[in-house]
Amino acid sequence: MKRTLIRWGWLFTGPTLIAFMIGFVVPFVLGVYLSFTRFTTVTNSTWVGFDNYLGVFADGTFVHSLWYTAAFAIVTTVVINVAAFAVAYMLVKAFRGANLFRSVFFMPNLIGGIVLGYIWMLLLNGLLGIWARSITFSATYGFWGMVALMCWQQIGYMMVIYIAGLQSIPGELIESAEMDGASRSQTLWNIIIPLVMPSITVCTFLTITNGFKMFDQNLALTNGAPSRLSELLALNIYNTFYARTGFEGVGQAKAVVFLLIVAVIALIQNRLARSKETQA
Amino acid sequence: MNKPKHPLLWTIVFTIVSIAYMYPIVLVIINSFKGKVFISSEPFSLPDAETFVGWENYTRGVALTDFFSSFGWSLVITLGSAALILLCTSMTAWWIVRADTRYAKTLYTTFLLNLVVPFQMVMFTLSWLTDFLGLGNPFGLWIIYLGFGAGLAVFIFTGFVKSIPLEIEEAATIDGCGPVRTFFQVVLPIMKPAVITVGILEVMWLWNDYLLPYLTLDLKHYKTIPIAVQYLKGGYGSIDMGAMMGILVLAMIPVIVFYLVSQRHIISGVVAGAVKG
Repeated sequence: MKRTLIRWGWLFTGPTLIAFMIGFVVPFVLGVYLSFTRFTTVTNSTWVGFDNYLGVFADGTFVHSLWYTAAFAIVTTVVINVAAFAVAYMLVKAFRGANLFRSVFFMPNLIGGIVLGYIWMLLLNGLLGIWARSITFSATYGFWGMVALMCWQQIGYMMVIYIAGLQSIPGELIESAEMDGASRSQTLWNIIIPLVMPSITVCTFLTITNGFKMFDQNLALTNGAPSRLSELLALNIYNTFYARTGFEGVGQAKAVVFLLIVAVIALIQNRLARSKETQA
Repeated sequence: MNKPKHPLLWTIVFTIVSIAYMYPIVLVIINSFKGKVFISSEPFSLPDAETFVGWENYTRGVALTDFFSSFGWSLVITLGSAALILLCTSMTAWWIVRADTRYAKTLYTTFLLNLVVPFQMVMFTLSWLTDFLGLGNPFGLWIIYLGFGAGLAVFIFTGFVKSIPLEIEEAATIDGCGPVRTFFQVVLPIMKPAVITVGILEVMWLWNDYLLPYLTLDLKHYKTIPIAVQYLKGGYGSIDMGAMMGILVLAMIPVIVFYLVSQRHIISGVVAGAVKG
């Protein structure tokens, strides 16, 4: 059977492979190559070695957006996960309307980033208007505005994952803890949290990478204003490509650095996750 | 899990929190019926005799953005790409697991790499290549999306295929089925839950994706809904807030309908995707 199957490989993998080449492999390899060249289009590149990479760290806007993004990712990861876990913890208890509330919290997830950006622009500019200011007044306003938006969007998604994790804990474990005289907080810290560790792993991974990769919401809400100070990494790279001629090579080198950052986070996360997970 | 002591109290608390949570959406709906000057000056008040403009924001927004054509292209791109992704990657994933050759392993590892690579990495070169190959139309985008979205789909599908017992497929082979019939008549029906999971995740991504279609599509002829919304912003921050509110409401309606219709699948799809991912 296996031999016939192998003979049919072209049919099963061919279409995906061709599209994968066009949509990923070729652009990726070309992208790595171009990061070492000076170019304005793909066809007129000249090799410059690591020059572009030196340009990346000489660019003040990039270094700023790197720290700005790191702070953003850390703050959103903590707030989203704590809030999502708390909501999930309460919603697994049986009370009227629990299912309806779940649906409400999840809803913002389906709305796209661009639309979300303008929804929050209305709300935040309305609020800040009371003090005659707007979201683009300073990078700090932009920062907390995007944090609020991101939390609103993602708490429901992470909540759903936490609910699934909490529901997979066998009821007897909690009952026996109660019988042994454990208090509510002891049960929470010593039994529930260790057992939902896989969910915590997945959710922190998703929120960190989402924070680092955020683009649409940033573009719609502040577009980097004032003077590129509220630019997250993805928008900074975009603007290097499309708003500054002559810096395409630097833009591509920034993208490679960005990839390395995301990959390192993924790797560390994976390592930590494996060491922390507890079997039920 | 443990039962709460005051069920009614929890219901009241969460009712209040839920209403607050939906407030941003309600605010957009309220403002979509107000004249554009009043949206910036008094966003939190309800429309009254002076500020109410009926459907004017909607009709102007639709005219400015050619909204219904964007809606159509969004639908064509999302459904076509999702269908292609589901068909092709489920076949590939099954073949990778069952054939298990060196080629299959290499392919799988490259698909995994696709999972970590942010779009910015291929942004410039992909838009050039799309243009070079003449794929900058909604149908060309099906191929681009199949390519860039393949990683996640293959990853979830292979995880699922590994849990299918081999005996069922062997029985089909003994009954005289070739690989193609085995896949479509035996394996694919078993894979249905995974197909729904991947379908949900892909549709959520495809429908809302902004940058990839923006950079690859020929924008003179085709726009998607996120692109149409962003176009309302115009040069240097001048936004017709009235038209914007109308379009935001129209952009949210399909999403809310999709959610109401397939809520259960969406929630379980997200959970299944998270466990595998």
